Amino acid sequence: MATTVPEPPVHDLPSDNNRFPGNGKIGHGGGRILRPAEGHLRAVDDYSPSPSGTGIWVGLTAITMSFAAFTSAMIVRKGGASDWRHFTIPSILYLNTVVLLVSSVTLEVARRRIAAFMNGNTPRPAVASKWLYATLFLGLCFLGGQYAGWLQLKSQGLFLATSPSSSFFYVFTAVHGLHIVGGLAGLIYVIRKLHRLVLRRSTLDAASRYWHFMDAVWVYLLFMLWAKF
Amino acid sequence: MHDMSHATEHHAHTPPQGFIRNYVFSLDHKVIGKQYYGLGLVAVITGMVLSWIMRIHLVWPNFAIPGLGLLSKAGAPGGIVTPEYYLQLMTMHGTLMVFFVLTNVPFAGFGNYFLPIQIGAEDMAFPRFNMMSFWTTFVAFLVLIAAFFVGDGPPLAGWTSYAPLSAVGGAAGPGEATGQTLWAISIAIFCIGQLLGSLNFISTTLDLRTKGMTLWRMPLSTWSWFITSCIGLTAFAVLLPACILLILDRTAGTSFFIPSGLVINDKLQPHSGGSTLLWQHLFWFFGHPEVYIAIVPAMGIVSHILINSMRRPMLSHRVIIYSLLAIGFLSYMVYGHHMFVSGMNPFSSLAFSFPTLLITIPSTVLVLIWIGSLYGSKLRITTASLFALGFISMFVSGGVSGFFLAQPSLDIYLHATYFVVGHFHMVMGVAAIFGMFAGTYFWFPKMFGRMMNETLGRVHFWLTFVGTYCIFMPFHYLGLAANVRRYSAFVDDYLQPLLGVHKFITIAALFTGAVQLIFLYNLIHSRFRGALAPANPWEATSLEWTMPSPPPFDNFGGRHPVVYHDPYQYGIEGATNDYVMQDSPEEIKSVRDER
Repeated sequence: MATTVPEPPVHDLPSDNNRFPGNGKIGHGGGRILRPAEGHLRAVDDYSPSPSGTGIWVGLTAITMSFAAFTSAMIVRKGGASDWRHFTIPSILYLNTVVLLVSSVTLEVARRRIAAFMNGNTPRPAVASKWLYATLFLGLCFLGGQYAGWLQLKSQGLFLATSPSSSFFYVFTAVHGLHIVGGLAGLIYVIRKLHRLVLRRSTLDAASRYWHFMDAVWVYLLFMLWAKF
Repeated sequence: MHDMSHATEHHAHTPPQGFIRNYVFSLDHKVIGKQYYGLGLVAVITGMVLSWIMRIHLVWPNFAIPGLGLLSKAGAPGGIVTPEYYLQLMTMHGTLMVFFVLTNVPFAGFGNYFLPIQIGAEDMAFPRFNMMSFWTTFVAFLVLIAAFFVGDGPPLAGWTSYAPLSAVGGAAGPGEATGQTLWAISIAIFCIGQLLGSLNFISTTLDLRTKGMTLWRMPLSTWSWFITSCIGLTAFAVLLPACILLILDRTAGTSFFIPSGLVINDKLQPHSGGSTLLWQHLFWFFGHPEVYIAIVPAMGIVSHILINSMRRPMLSHRVIIYSLLAIGFLSYMVYGHHMFVSGMNPFSSLAFSFPTLLITIPSTVLVLIWIGSLYGSKLRITTASLFALGFISMFVSGGVSGFFLAQPSLDIYLHATYFVVGHFHMVMGVAAIFGMFAGTYFWFPKMFGRMMNETLGRVHFWLTFVGTYCIFMPFHYLGLAANVRRYSAFVDDYLQPLLGVHKFITIAALFTGAVQLIFLYNLIHSRFRGALAPANPWEATSLEWTMPSPPPFDNFGGRHPVVYHDPYQYGIEGATNDYVMQDSPEEIKSVRDER
């Protein structure tokens, strides 16, 4: 007549099962089981530490190199010729920057809530997913805002090929925008996994690291476009 | 208990069902490795045929090459190559060989197959990315090949695609319209594929090593793939933006690389202020590391094979790794030596010359370790070890001319001559190809479960070895005699006396190319009819030899190997054999114990 199902343990992987050197040491955070609210453990078979913790840093290294190449191209192009015409950045871009920075804050709140949920301190992930939706919304606002920035430039008669400064402006914003689209896809993936209660901590961490990084990249790009040196 | 049952469920993979999942869009790193190898094989045959056409045209300019007229009516009317078409063939030869052969086979091909196995993993860290990596590379290949069949054919700007020639469009010559755009798109796609691949290699090496497999216990081949992926990750991440900017210059009217006042065919180009040097900087920042992307895996593969044939470890495992790391690191600082004659500040030539000479130190250390370790060893001669020795020979012969070219004062004279052609073909082209051959003969039994024919292999080696020296050594002589490169025919008076040397080279090239049919026959015949391969035919120690040939779908059959030793425990006294495998718990009591 045993009706009570013992609550599944929530803990790090047993060490003898730990096939992945470095797990738990370099911040994978992957070896944690997500405990669903009803106490019914399902779909948690995939608990092995994910290499996404490492992978995201490797990916960000490549992205850093790409943006370094783009911006150094701009520096060379700027210094090498007399046809450089500096233009005032559309004001909406500053608003977009604030939006993007706020989205990082909302994402961080979501990440902490989910972490608390994974640790068993919070009963439901619903509140956390609201913050994720907020991040998603802010990300979309940022993209819309960037597009509005393009329209502003167009109305001033500055197109892709008009001058080298406008060329770099469009290239930087477009490439960064594409990366933001990738980040949004990552967020949607996280939200889906969270709803199905199969989210891994490492996935969440990777997605949020990527998102914060894209913030930093944008601030850097904005500075490069704004600076008159 | 709950955890454990799930653990087995998760780790014992079931093989995929159906042809498509098994052989086409496979997630299995072994299949993907073979796919890269196969693509490399197609590319190398194409590239070699192109070089044949060029060589024939150089010495018999009026010879009509059968069928070529059908491929390009304008480029080769009646099968006779025009000067422009010669450059177009040269561009395609270089691009195919550097990207789709030298990058694809030793790094992506063998690396994909053996890196996870050698570290005791079941697959790559991101199998889906891995599949995407191959298929993007495949699309890049198709896009590049498509250039043969559009408008006026493939581009003629060379594999380096220097701007403004590559940037201004159709006005610059045949192939510079659609062909060059396809080239830029193809290389951009290729970059994405390589970035995905590098991401996988690095994450796999860092995260999926099995119990006991510390970094120092990784075989040298795994080390070389790991270092190569680090180079690839940062190098292709720079070439991709460069290609994007080039595509924009070509299609959107921007002026990143096209200078002001450029007049082509009496027409002022509607561009201003671009920097032609900018392209060269971005390109060579990738281009020089690319040389090491080709050669470093071959260095690792050759070390791995030679140790097995010598039956003793290299003089120093760690110094080899340090040297490979040093080469990887320095590869970014030397790129400017490709630009000594580009018109950049002469002081920067000095700045690039110094690290170029510096990078010869780790390269020399490697060669000294190889030779020092070989000295006095009772080498087991196999085709694989012969090609490994051949690699060292090619690397040294080609490398020596590098000392000369590293000095701007000499490079200025030699840069546009066949001296450079001889240098890079030997040191990174043929040397890396020898590495591939060594890897093929060594690992074929594991990959396909059958042995290759050793006799045919040795015949193949000796003919290829002699043939390649006959082709590429005279190039140095031609260069010293001021024979300019990229010319489709030698009509100038001072070049006439050199035609004899060119004829010799062409015959050697045709001969050496034909010799490769022996290899192809051996490859295909052994695949189906070769003797069945045992699990460990070479009595080797690393993890790939602990599993049946070919390996099961999940590599270790659900077993998690535990590694107890350094990768190369050969010549062990008192052991059951003269070697102890990495996953054998056998205790080693010898002088060389766990160095």
